[in-house]
Order: sequence, then C-alpha cells, then structure tokens
Amino acid sequence: MNFEVSIAKTLKAPGRRFELDASFSTAARWTVLYGPSGAGKSLVLQVIAGLVRPERGRIVLGERVLFDASTGIDVPARDRRLGYLFQDYALFPHLNVRQNIAFGLRRGVLNPRRSDDSPAVQRWLQAFELEAVASQRPHQLSGGQRQRVALARALVNEPAALLLDEPFAALDPGLRQRMRDELQTLLERVAVPMLLITHDAEDVARFGQQRLRVEAGRVAAD
Amino acid sequence: MEAAWPALALSLKVALWASAIDLLLGIGLGWLLARGRFPGRELLDAILTLPMVLPPTVLGYYLLVLFGRHGWLGAWLLAHFDYSLIFTWQGAVVAASVVSLPLVLRSARAAFEDVNPQLEAAARVLGLSESAVFLRVTLPLAWRGVLAGLLLAFARALGEFGATLMVAGSLPGKTQTLSIAVYEAVQAGQDDLAWRMVAVISLTCIVILVTARRLAPQDTRAGMR
Repeated sequence: MNFEVSIAKTLKAPGRRFELDASFSTAARWTVLYGPSGAGKSLVLQVIAGLVRPERGRIVLGERVLFDASTGIDVPARDRRLGYLFQDYALFPHLNVRQNIAFGLRRGVLNPRRSDDSPAVQRWLQAFELEAVASQRPHQLSGGQRQRVALARALVNEPAALLLDEPFAALDPGLRQRMRDELQTLLERVAVPMLLITHDAEDVARFGQQRLRVEAGRVAAD
Repeated sequence: MEAAWPALALSLKVALWASAIDLLLGIGLGWLLARGRFPGRELLDAILTLPMVLPPTVLGYYLLVLFGRHGWLGAWLLAHFDYSLIFTWQGAVVAASVVSLPLVLRSARAAFEDVNPQLEAAARVLGLSESAVFLRVTLPLAWRGVLAGLLLAFARALGEFGATLMVAGSLPGKTQTLSIAVYEAVQAGQDDLAWRMVAVISLTCIVILVTARRLAPQDTRAGMR
C-alpha cells in the first residue's frame, strides 16, 4: 500500500497562525508520524481523512486519488474508505457495543438495531473478545474494551488504511504499556496498513516500520 | 363549568399545534445557531429570543402588521388563498408558537452545542451522509435537551394570553382559549367558573414542569460520555 501525501493548509486564529506544508510518501505497512504536540500531526491525519480540506496538494492512497487540488478532486470523508481511531475513541455514547461496531455497515438514516447480529459484527465481537459486553454502553467499558470496540468499528468496514491519532496519549503509564501490547497484537492479525501519529518514543520504536518526523508543519524522513 | 371544557380543549389543541411548529423550527434554527458560521448569527438569535422579553401586546401588534388584512403576509394570503389568520384558531396557533419558540430554541441550541463534533466526524469517516450524521448522532444526543425545551414551550403556549387575544380575539367556542376564558369569567363576575379553570390550568402546568425537570438534568450526567 502506497501513501503519497503532499498538502498545504494555513490555520488562522486571533494572534496565531499555523502553516502546514507536509510532503511524504510511504510504502511500509506501519508508518509512524512523530513530533512534539502542536507540530501539526493531528491536522495531517484530519486532512487525509477528509475532515479538513487543504488549500493545495494531492493525496493518493494506492491507486486512488483522494484529493487533488489541481484537478479539483476531493473525495468526501464518507467515501474515502479509511478507518480512523480517535484519541479518546469517539464511541457513540447513545449506542451499545454491537451498534457501535455495526454503525458503518448501515448507511441509511436509522441506527443499527440493539440486537444487530450481522455476520461481520459477530466476527469482530468474537475476534476482540467483546461478546460478553456486546449490549453494554461505552461508559460501562474498561479502557481496553473501548479501544477494541473503536478498532472493531473501524475495521468492520474493511478500510483501505487505518489512521490512529495518539491512541495511548490519554492513558496512565501502566495502562498505556498494556494497551500498546494489545494494539500491536491486534494489528499484527489484520492486514490493513496503518498510519499512526504520536509524540511518544516508545510508540515510534514499536510501530515505526517507517518513521517520519513532523516539526512546525513540515515532515522529514527519519 | 360547561364553558370551561371547550376552552380547555381549544387551549390543548392550540398548544399542541404550536409545539409541533416549535419543534421543527427549534431543531432547524437551534442547529443553525449552534453549528452555522455566518454573519449576523447572534443578531438572529436575539431577534428569535425577543418574544420572550417583549410585552405580549407588542408581539400581537407585530403579528397583526404581518398577518392582518393589509399586512405583508396577510394581504398575500388573502389575495392568493382567500384566507385570513385573524380571528381564527390557526391565528392563535401562530401567536402561541411565536411566543414559545425561544424556549425550544435556547434549549435546542445549547443541546446541539454540547454534542462533541468528534462524534460527528467519526460518523462521517464511517461512511455516513450529512443527513444520516444528523439523524443518527447529532439529534439523538441532543434529544433530551430539545424535549425539555419543548415541554416548557407547550406549557407557555397553553397559557398564552396577550398576543393570542390581539390576533385571534375571544370568540367563545372558536378562539376563546382557557386563559382568555378565565379573563372573561373574572370580568363577568363568575368567580366559581374562573376558580375551576384556574385550578385546571395550574395542575396541567405543574405536571409539565415536573416532567421537564426530570428530563433536563440527565443530559449532563456522567453516563453520557
């Protein structure tokens, strides 16, 4: 899987101005973008996912052009077929685990039923050992279970790539170590390529088959 | 007491219709004010909140200017549909819905602002269209707040007096709502009748307020994370 990213975006806030001008390409299965907070890592991920529109540039994933300013291509976020793991997981609080995982399988205006038993949902519940909590709401889950639900929710749609936004930043050190082990085990079982952003050297060592350093809105190879 | 029942039935009918209109407008405008980025947003909010602070007679006057036989909308309705809202129960519905709209609107706007935008982003990445994101994530998460405001609006619409009297008048059995009937009964010295109607409307409003209170605070409970 090839990622080719070249994007420019200027953010303006009163008394503040941030310029992102990032170019990189990677062919690795696991790529880590790392750098201090405020360097623009999250913005890169949001632009790739189609949540923020860049001013200039081009984003290519494998054979698919997701964005190209020069030809006016801008595939909307919903059609990019990317999995996104948010920092605090962004699980839907009004839906149970089953409904959260099934969420992307239903594109209509109705949420999945509370007892949704699509084969894909069953498979991920089983694979991530979530059957026992399938009818619970996110606030009833442990941190590890939440991470697995978020990952299952992203993977059930068979995304072309996974984007992970600082998956362990909000956790205390002991739990962080455990969740990192768990995520690594889970990711090794699925063939989906991933792009992870972090400011933690341990994440870089563990997941960085290809490492890219982000600093002040620029990306440099390691 | 016979005079009280048609008045109560009319009050309920008017309040239900007014709430239905407020529900649609409150959700639409509340979302626009919470998420829209356009110049004059706060001005629009202020104008839509005016009915809460203006004297009901002033509001009634504005409605007459708008819907009267020579009003901007009134003249158009008369010319194209041979229809006038003045002195009809539908006129009472319009008056009641304008007066009570701010209650739904404020509550809905706050509820929409409380919805974490990241949840909406997550739904987009998972393949949902904008309308599906709204119906499956935004609205369900804001629903309690909208509903709490709606109940207050219903209670307010049930008690509407000033603007309704100016627009719809006080035709017994036609546009005479309970609150107007109370006024008429007191004016006519029918203290017994007035007292019974006052009791009915007070009880109804207490039930509504208790229900609204049970709905509202749960919004902020820890379980909603």
